[in-house]
Amino acid sequence: MTSRLLPLYATIAIFLAAYLVCYLQFPAMLSTRVLGNLLTDNAYLGIVAVGMTVVILSGGIDLSVGSVIAFAGVFIAVLLRDTGLHPLAVFALLLATTTAFGAAMGGLIHGLAMPPFIVTLAGMFLARGAAYMLTIDSVPIDHDFYDMLRSYQRLPGGGRLTVIGATMLLSVLAGMILAHRTRFGTAVLALGGGAPTARLMGVSIGRTTVLIYAFSGFMAGLSGIVFSIYTGSGYPLATVGTELTAIAAVVIGGTLLTGGSGYVFGTLIGVLTMGLIQTYIVFDGSLSSWWTKIVIGMLLLLFILLQKGLLMLGHGRGAVSAT
Amino acid sequence: MLLTIRDLTKTFPGTVALDGVRFDLAAGEVHALLGENGAGKSTLIKCLTGMHARDGGQIALDGQPISPGSTQEAQALGIGTVYQEVNLLPNLTVAENLTFGRQPVRFGMVSRRRMHEEAREMLAGYGLDHVDVARELGAYPVAVQQIVAIARAVALSGKVLILDEPTASLDARETETLFEVVRGLRARGLGIIFISHFLDQVFDLTDRVTVLRNGRHIVTAGTAALNRVELIHHMLGHELEMAEARRGVQRDGPAMLRAEGLGRRGRIAPFDLTVRRGEVIGLAGLLGSGRTETGDVLFGRTPADRGALREPDGTAVELRSPRAAIAAGFGYAPEDRKTDGIVADLSVRENIALALQARRGWARPLPRAEARRLAEDYIRRLDIRPADPEKAVGLLSGGNQQKVVLARWLAMNPRFLILDEPTRGIDVGAHAEILRLVGDLTDAGMSILLISSELDELIAASDRVIVVRDRRHVSELVGEDICTDRIVQAIARPDADPEGARA
Repeated sequence: MTSRLLPLYATIAIFLAAYLVCYLQFPAMLSTRVLGNLLTDNAYLGIVAVGMTVVILSGGIDLSVGSVIAFAGVFIAVLLRDTGLHPLAVFALLLATTTAFGAAMGGLIHGLAMPPFIVTLAGMFLARGAAYMLTIDSVPIDHDFYDMLRSYQRLPGGGRLTVIGATMLLSVLAGMILAHRTRFGTAVLALGGGAPTARLMGVSIGRTTVLIYAFSGFMAGLSGIVFSIYTGSGYPLATVGTELTAIAAVVIGGTLLTGGSGYVFGTLIGVLTMGLIQTYIVFDGSLSSWWTKIVIGMLLLLFILLQKGLLMLGHGRGAVSAT
Repeated sequence: MLLTIRDLTKTFPGTVALDGVRFDLAAGEVHALLGENGAGKSTLIKCLTGMHARDGGQIALDGQPISPGSTQEAQALGIGTVYQEVNLLPNLTVAENLTFGRQPVRFGMVSRRRMHEEAREMLAGYGLDHVDVARELGAYPVAVQQIVAIARAVALSGKVLILDEPTASLDARETETLFEVVRGLRARGLGIIFISHFLDQVFDLTDRVTVLRNGRHIVTAGTAALNRVELIHHMLGHELEMAEARRGVQRDGPAMLRAEGLGRRGRIAPFDLTVRRGEVIGLAGLLGSGRTETGDVLFGRTPADRGALREPDGTAVELRSPRAAIAAGFGYAPEDRKTDGIVADLSVRENIALALQARRGWARPLPRAEARRLAEDYIRRLDIRPADPEKAVGLLSGGNQQKVVLARWLAMNPRFLILDEPTRGIDVGAHAEILRLVGDLTDAGMSILLISSELDELIAASDRVIVVRDRRHVSELVGEDICTDRIVQAIARPDADPEGARA
């Protein structure tokens, strides 16, 4: 139990410690305003990272999500500009498309026994290309319904809980239930623990793989909707590299990159930690924003070392009982 | 009979894994399935659990013919299996492992409380009351994991339980705990198939024994009616009177290599060994007794951590890696040629040229014409069929694959060649040819260490036979002493006797 939960505790401890450092330097950072903005600014990342967590728990990877988010933004913007469809209808159409796209990648991964890395890399180029096919310009979104989606709930202390911030929290909750409280979630962890064993225990590998990538595609689509609300436009060059940021958030959140162990809640903390670093740099004002990347790089390294250390501990124990 | 198998046959490209095997199992008995590597035990189990489709024969459970197509189907029919390693998922909790696929669900969500209750019920009666079902399985010792796997298999299937080397990574006390569980299940009327290469455990636990050898059924008998020596006779075989021992051939050439106290902790106890020019040293022993480990140490696959290997003039031979061993003029044809010996997708020519090219280094490529000439030469000399140097090795029969492995080493012209089970899984004709080849090579001055689980082969080919038991060289036989009875006795002698070892 301890070894499984340790990375999660480490994540939470690092987040709290970082927040404490920020608070000591800038007391204003401990306010619902900052917290509310943290949720809003990182909503799209948090949502896509939930999907990525499930994929990584199964031992896979999904490189297509950044492009899918960009595709989603462009898809929504162009459809709202050129057709009379209601945004909700466009959302439904989009989510169906991205979910089917994810399912197709899952099907290829299983059917061709190809590494997820390659299949989703192809998906990444495909989705980016599709976004360019729709438009090469930034298309503004101008719709009454969108104004409504940008509304928020005042929090005590003056902070704002936006619709997209709340959507992120709900996505995390849904992800937690899916990954830790359903048979499907157990099957995902089983797959991450070892596909041959999972098969022996009766997991339908093909069905599970398709569902995992379909879920990731759905979350990427949802993240695209949230991103379009956040930016108010669709742009084919947006969110380049977001898939890597999401992977970083998942790993900093304490999920084992090789699969089989981790918590969706940790991913939320990972996303917030990354957002916190950015906020600190904004507060400081004199630091280059590239420091964000450096700190994230160091955090990633720290967690990789932590995971390796835990693995070696586990192996040591196995060796002792084997002799 | 609970389970009846008749005329079971299964072939793979290059090997006949099972050849008309029969087996039966009564309710309430523990039936040992014995044999060396490649005897067909695993193939039999895989046919039974639906992982392989059989080529011929009948399997009947409770008198009804069955043909399971998957592990799940076999489980549903009542046949559950616990393997040595891959069984359960250490990253899931004990309860999740036990109830996997059948977790109690409420409103689409798993009810942990009911799942834990069910798991505790499944574990009742296995003496695992101290186990917290909410903890992850990997936190418990292998023995507990093994018993949890048994509990799951019994709960899911409940008629036939197959235990495939369940004690391989357990210590003596854990093994006894496991045996108590198995005896309890036998009393409940399950039929249990027990696979192990620990003969003590077989005599301790089982009611009947079936021995397979080279894919064929050798004997089925009550365990109580057998003694150790007979059993080893059955496993290693002695009925093939195919060859005379190499008596009369004088092999007292000059010493070429001398191992002094060579060994590696946990793998093989330190041993002394003198290798003479042009002799065949046979290495006899049961599976896991230290045969392969000796070869590994002599070739630097697992470098020795004590002792030294010296040239006749006293200089030490560095054996830190296979690369160093090759540089010293050693060769090694490993036991599992499919994974360690050949590159199945490359052609015969490319396989033969591999080691030679490795020695020349990448900067001096072997000219294609020369490689082809070399390949054609060995194809002719070793009679490799089909005689096509461009054919992928994976498409050849087992015997011919083995010849390609040999050809590869012969192209290097080594002075000391280690052959681990060179005739495993190949037909009788090719078998004799390879032994003839061993003779030819030593006549030309090469020394060979022959590791084999077939006594006939050792007797036919060896000038000396070293017997290993419990990872220790226990006996050396020469001349008239190289016969089945003496070897089997040396293997079976339960207590190491340093005086007798010098027989």
